[in-house]
Amino acid sequence: MVHQYKNNGYNIVLDVNSGAIHVVDDVTYDAIAMYEESDRDTIVKKLKDKYKECPPDAFGGKVDEAYICEALDEIEQLRQRQELFTQDVYEDYIGDFKRRPTVVKALCLHIAHDCNLKCRYCFADEGEYHGKRELMSFEVGKAALDFLIANSGSRKNLEVDFFGGEPTMNFQVVKDLVAYGREQEKIHDKKFRFTLTTNGVLLNDEIMEFANREMGNVVLSIDGRREIHDYMRPAKGGQGSYDTVVPKFQKFADSRNQNNYYVRGTFTHHNLDFSKDVLHLAKLGFKQISVEPVVARETDDYAIRETDLEQLFAEYDALAAEMVKRHGTDQDFNFFHFMIDLEGGPCVAKRLSGCGSGTEYLAVTPAGDLYPCHQFVGNEKFLMGNVFDGVVRTDISDEFKGCNVYAKEKCRECFAKFYCSGGCAANSYNFHGDIHNAYDIGCALQKKRVECAIMIKAALAENN
Amino acid sequence: MKHIKTLNTKKLQNTVKKGGCGECQTSCQSACKTSCTVGNQTCENAR
Repeated sequence: MVHQYKNNGYNIVLDVNSGAIHVVDDVTYDAIAMYEESDRDTIVKKLKDKYKECPPDAFGGKVDEAYICEALDEIEQLRQRQELFTQDVYEDYIGDFKRRPTVVKALCLHIAHDCNLKCRYCFADEGEYHGKRELMSFEVGKAALDFLIANSGSRKNLEVDFFGGEPTMNFQVVKDLVAYGREQEKIHDKKFRFTLTTNGVLLNDEIMEFANREMGNVVLSIDGRREIHDYMRPAKGGQGSYDTVVPKFQKFADSRNQNNYYVRGTFTHHNLDFSKDVLHLAKLGFKQISVEPVVARETDDYAIRETDLEQLFAEYDALAAEMVKRHGTDQDFNFFHFMIDLEGGPCVAKRLSGCGSGTEYLAVTPAGDLYPCHQFVGNEKFLMGNVFDGVVRTDISDEFKGCNVYAKEKCRECFAKFYCSGGCAANSYNFHGDIHNAYDIGCALQKKRVECAIMIKAALAENN
Repeated sequence: MKHIKTLNTKKLQNTVKKGGCGECQTSCQSACKTSCTVGNQTCENAR
């Protein structure tokens, strides 16, 4: 499968199954589009005809038969090297891979089902997850870490995200659990990687110092421009939270040397010009930025609609072009969803086997209940067990285990399947009532992001 | 090549034999929490 597109002046050809990415001239771009359907003579004839009016120097030489044949020879070389028109040989491999015994390697700990903000788009029902306000006790958290160690097999690196609601509302338990984890990792030859997701309201020097010592990554929730942030992320009394959190986040990011953190925002139908929010965060001095589309019910006023897509695509294009311009200057920044690793990226097993929810990754509620991920918490149909008794509903984990890109019709023929791994199961469930489907608006945006990310690589390769 | 510039040298096919160790980060644990992205994640063995 080959995916071709033009972006920011670059002709890009992605050979989906090998992951090879080629930047080509116009004639070669057209030739690749015809290569599998037409014979050599037909391609030469059609392209000679198409380019006959071009000035001789437009392509560094006249587009004559020799020129076209040279391009065709290069295409054939790539095909023989299995970097173009490569066949998909992974389906059986992934099936076997997914059927292997899995271990639990990451937990999302819901330290507090309570929050000190009242964000309009909160999927967690303002922290309560459709249940009651509740804080996780140390005993439950300890049992969760024990459960993780006991179910992690030979896996060494274990990940634990302190999530909420707002985890700083129960920070003593966070500190106690980190201490317990550090003690246990020595005993069991494991390595805990702790992360913290916070809205910043209660952030103080003590929390920052602790996080800088113990947290591999912190996710700081902020949406961008003051008016956007304050509208969607008000405090309980309705007042904005921007002025409270921005100086703290700036200090926090600097104290981490602008590394190992993300300011993370959500954009909605109300700020379709979200690239301005990304650039606003960059202007505030943040270097690690993640801003992504809201997931909402179709009936929510802030939900992204299909009619918004054209504008959102233009926003991603503009943002990508701006990032190319800023590269190598002091205005440079990382945008999480445009990051793509072309050399040391994940193996094909990782790319095709899904996000790990319900199998390798589980969410734990304050009471110790286990769910496939944070997005399913509160939906009793997905209650899998608890940290004391373990996973009882193995039928749920089996269903998630079977979920990979080949189990999803929409993903099979999608060029982005090696980059999104089949997308978010919760999004699929929310929109289609089935984890084996895909959230179409999310897919359209994901595909655009992949295209932009590759274009940035093409531009940087040219500049270097 | 004159007409084609290839940006990457690593082929996905070559990761089939040695891949799948499972030591890498779970996809949702970094900075997304809603939109699964794996293309930007790091292989633990390449660190």
